[in-house]
Amino acid sequence: MENLQLVLPEIFLSLSIMFLLILGAFKKDSSKLIHNLSLSLLIVTATISFNETIGISETKLFNNSVIIDYFSSLMKIITLLAAFLVLTISSNYLKTFQIFKIEYPILILSSVLGMMVMISSNDLIVFYMGLELQSLALYVLATFNRDQLNSSEAGLKYFVLSALSSGLLLYGCSLIYGFTGSTNFNLIANQLNSNEYALTFGIVFILVGLAFKISAVPFHMWAPDVYEGSPTSVTLFFTMVPKIAALTVFIRFLYVPFLNLIDQWQMILIFLSIASMLFGAVAAIGQTNLKRLVAYSSIGHVGYALAGVAAGTNDGIQSSIMYITIYVLMNLGLFSCLLMLKRDNQYYEKIDDLSGLSKNHPMLSLSLLIILFSLAGIPPLAGFFAKFYVFKAVIEQSMYFLAIVGLLSTVVAAFYYLRLIKIMYFDEHKEKYDTEHGFWLKFSLTASTVLILIYFIFPSQLVEVVSRINII
Amino acid sequence: MIEIGLGHYLTLGAIIFSIGIIGIFLNRKNIIVILMSIELILLAVNINLVSFSIYLGDLTGQVFTLFILTVAAAEAAIGLAIIVVYFRNSGTIRVEEIDKLKG
Repeated sequence: MENLQLVLPEIFLSLSIMFLLILGAFKKDSSKLIHNLSLSLLIVTATISFNETIGISETKLFNNSVIIDYFSSLMKIITLLAAFLVLTISSNYLKTFQIFKIEYPILILSSVLGMMVMISSNDLIVFYMGLELQSLALYVLATFNRDQLNSSEAGLKYFVLSALSSGLLLYGCSLIYGFTGSTNFNLIANQLNSNEYALTFGIVFILVGLAFKISAVPFHMWAPDVYEGSPTSVTLFFTMVPKIAALTVFIRFLYVPFLNLIDQWQMILIFLSIASMLFGAVAAIGQTNLKRLVAYSSIGHVGYALAGVAAGTNDGIQSSIMYITIYVLMNLGLFSCLLMLKRDNQYYEKIDDLSGLSKNHPMLSLSLLIILFSLAGIPPLAGFFAKFYVFKAVIEQSMYFLAIVGLLSTVVAAFYYLRLIKIMYFDEHKEKYDTEHGFWLKFSLTASTVLILIYFIFPSQLVEVVSRINII
Repeated sequence: MIEIGLGHYLTLGAIIFSIGIIGIFLNRKNIIVILMSIELILLAVNINLVSFSIYLGDLTGQVFTLFILTVAAAEAAIGLAIIVVYFRNSGTIRVEEIDKLKG
């Protein structure tokens, strides 16, 4: 008998999704109820996962196709908490556009379920099923504001490109299965010396598919369009949660089955990382829409996280997980600010709308200033430490070129973050925005700003949590 | 008569896969064609998996194929729904005219 207790979070979440769906279908006007229930569900699931991390040892279930270890539990908790915060701060936005429906929280829950399956996958089939559950829900979320042309176009573009990337990924899976004779990650690792060239082909195809999902250059072309077109709360979800899960799979996939082929994939990762960092920095300069700007900046940040993965050491993996965690925190703050730019039931998302913000909203601009400085990597804010860990891990492996390119692109990227600050503080001021906001929106902005600000006082906490991750 | 072996099946899979990829990128007319191309890609993968499965004498590949078939059906359903929503808003599904978001 398998120890089903270890997959309790997934079982609990999937049963609750079905229950909520039935409840929403039969009870009239239940969107608020379902919204609140989903919030509590996410917290309960996170608590169950948290309980598992205490005294956990690596366990494999269902014919070794699912792995539960400290790494997977930790990433699940981060995913669940990020999804919780996204859901809390999106309710007012949804009400304004009259899309506050039962489907929204349920779709978010089911994509989170897909991510959890993906995070603990130890088999190509399980990995693929999790990935598809996640992306099928995300297609619909991108199209959620279905009466608006922008949103439906974003969904259409995301669907076509994401389905293409799943196809490429599957082709890679089929090649790996064919040349190693197994879909299990550990069994693949034992069969590596059979046919190296065919396997490299398979790895490249799967890497292309995964790079699509985390929008690394040169597979980023969907990101700006989709981020701009989707509803802002969904964009927030897109920039944070799927990236955590996809990065985890990236790490697990490269380091469990293919650690011995590191010479083959390290160059690819270095290329992805350098291209993303440079492109993210340069292409964001000419943007006028804030959401599009965030898309390019997120492409750049994914590049830094990949630099840590490319290092090929435990330190590198830990640094890239710290990077993505801090990045999620900064993005949460940034989007909370964006969701506060509201006047007369209309949301503003152009860079010009920020002009002179400091005159009417000193506190909001101060927190935005801190968040933008942190995104640019200016000490002593959290964003600086995130970059510091990654570059430290990279330099320890004597990959100086990667580190130099990373530092240079940080300088270029600082330009557009500083430009936003200049527009906020020194340009002609505009009309006042609404000052009444929901509790959770204020809470997430305050919490993320304060955490970013005081991170340097206790940096060892996060390091300690992450340093227990041991893959290699 | 030549003996038909694993290599031939893999070549067939690779050809269908390439047709699918090319169909997505060269197509300038209709989104439905893109849906068909995606379906072709998934079917090419299925051919690969089944032929590997038989060649290796291992059932996992065929199980994987069944999973892919169901997911492909779900994906096509969602894709068509998104296309209908898009058509309602814009009145066209020509690929060249989907260019409102850019920059």
